[in-house]
Amino acid sequence: MKALLVCEYREGKLLDTTYELLAFADRIGAEKAMVLIGSDSALPACNSTVYLAEAAKYGEYNPDVHKKIVLDAVQRENADCIVFVHSSYGWDLAPRVAAALRAGQVSEIVGVVDGGYEVGCCNAKMRRAVTPTSGKAVLTVQAGAFSFTGTPQGTPKVERIDIPDGATPVEFVGYEPAEKKDVDLTRAEVIVSAGRGVGKKDNIPVIQALAKALGGELGASRPVVDAGWVDHSHQVGTTGQSVSPKLYVACGISGAIQHLAGMKKSDFVVAINKDKDAPIGEVADVLVVADVMQFVPALTAKLQ
Amino acid sequence: MKILVCVKQVPDMESRFKPDGSGTWFEETDLAFRMNEYDEYAVEQAVQLKEQLGNEPEVTVLSIGPDRVNEAIKKALAMGCDKGAHIQDPAPQGKDPWQIASIIAQYARTEGFDLVFTGMQSQDRGSAQVGVLVAELLGFACATTLVGFAFADGVVTAKRELEGGIKGVAKLRLPAVVTCQLGLNIPRYPTLPNIMKAKKKEILAIPVADLLKEEAVAATARFYPPARKGGGIVLEGDVGNLVEQLYGILKEKTTVLR
Ligand SMILES: Cc1cc2nc3c(=O)[nH]c(=O)nc-3n(C[C@H](O)[C@H](O)[C@H](O)COP(=O)(O)OP(=O)(O)OC[C@H]3O[C@@H](n4cnc5c(N)ncnc54)[C@H](O)[C@@H]3O)c2cc1C
Repeated sequence: MKALLVCEYREGKLLDTTYELLAFADRIGAEKAMVLIGSDSALPACNSTVYLAEAAKYGEYNPDVHKKIVLDAVQRENADCIVFVHSSYGWDLAPRVAAALRAGQVSEIVGVVDGGYEVGCCNAKMRRAVTPTSGKAVLTVQAGAFSFTGTPQGTPKVERIDIPDGATPVEFVGYEPAEKKDVDLTRAEVIVSAGRGVGKKDNIPVIQALAKALGGELGASRPVVDAGWVDHSHQVGTTGQSVSPKLYVACGISGAIQHLAGMKKSDFVVAINKDKDAPIGEVADVLVVADVMQFVPALTAKLQ
Repeated sequence: MKILVCVKQVPDMESRFKPDGSGTWFEETDLAFRMNEYDEYAVEQAVQLKEQLGNEPEVTVLSIGPDRVNEAIKKALAMGCDKGAHIQDPAPQGKDPWQIASIIAQYARTEGFDLVFTGMQSQDRGSAQVGVLVAELLGFACATTLVGFAFADGVVTAKRELEGGIKGVAKLRLPAVVTCQLGLNIPRYPTLPNIMKAKKKEILAIPVADLLKEEAVAATARFYPPARKGGGIVLEGDVGNLVEQLYGILKEKTTVLR
């Protein structure tokens, strides 16, 4: 089987997640080739062929143009499967490539099992084994699920891709930087985070009080931030901050992958959740099965 | 302008899931269903656009599934959509994203929509494919994971969410499909008068066989709980006891109480 791995490039740099694609290709025992819409200065270290199109010419991300470039590489390589990271780049581009090839797509693969590729479902509480039934397959792999160990090495054989210019209905305008953070959670030793299970904005002070009693900072999951209960600077996760405190207390947080991505480096994790099956239980050193609004004030009182 | 919003009905994610008889999906008995969270942002954005344009656009809400999905359609109507299209399918879970997208595209093609809103993914299957596939099948422009939406002079300005809080800004000419993400807006609650008004709105029922022309390109072999790596301690019982137990553990296993 031949796999075409689609590299990620943003603001002039190759993204590290690209190497996870190599780890995945090894896991499925595929021959590897890569495609990069980037520049010579950002080639991945590997011993494979890398099809290179210049981002300077085609734009860092124009989905319709990138689709054409990937399809060109698929054809030149005669790849059986096309692999992306399940990221903002991958999930946007992969289905476009799949549609053009009439290929089955399997999204956000976390493992390879009997019966196909393993993917999470039902908010990570369950799994499915999925198999593409088409000639070619498009796959996106969960960031972090196939870690690349060791230092990337090798010099790729570069093949240039040049495609005819054409009008596209999507115009990439540019990037907006992340909002400035007033709270630096990355240095906090203790973080007590509020999730949607906290119920309402009025309950946030209860979580804040526990954070204070433990000498830590208040964190939050995304819905809590989006609802305006807590400022964005407290958000933990892929689109928030990545933290590594000595103690992380997750209050009413289910443990969606995007939240876990931001807190799994914590030394010790306590989760308070009324649902014993919540996926946060997988990463928690202690799962307290309780109602947050009953348990948290009682714990705070004990600490004081 | 004609706008389409696609919504899926999904189980409450706090439920317990177990495989059904086929072993490829969950058993539905005892589950409470609601509108997919991401689709609520899609409905809200479509209704906001309708309001922005002086209520001129007609907004149709579409859902594929058994009779119960009418509840999700009715909620969208109560939030301000104009009419519903119920694609009757007793077993949508047996179809892959390509087939689901082809059903939607087939319907959209005959109705001539200018703008399609979907959620970025469903909470149960999470494939994040359907919206983009619909766009590809229709030959529409598309942007995914919107956390910002503006419309002026036939052009959508989409703010896409990228990793680490960075946003990518793109402009799309109609016709277009956009997929919506948490944080795009705050979905309104249907008010009682609007729920009453919604009862009078039309819901077309279309058998799925009329629209499905495509074979599946992927199959689910199994549905099962994740292998528990476990290791962690699970504490249950009386709150007072739990506090004592956790306090003891924190003292013993961490340095934060010293
Ligand atoms: C592209 C993308 C990026 C994202 N980025 C982030 C990110 O950076 N950070 C992030 O957090 N999320 C992010 N998300 C969202 C993520 O997928 C989840 O939706 C989110 O993390 C869920 O937050 P939650 O756990 O607070 O809420 P829910 O998933 O709704 O969970 C609430 C939990 O509270 C429990 N609960 C309810 N009531 C009580 C009670 N009374 N007592 C105790 N427990 C209770 C429930 O059992 C449940 O487990 C992102 C999603 C996408 C698609």
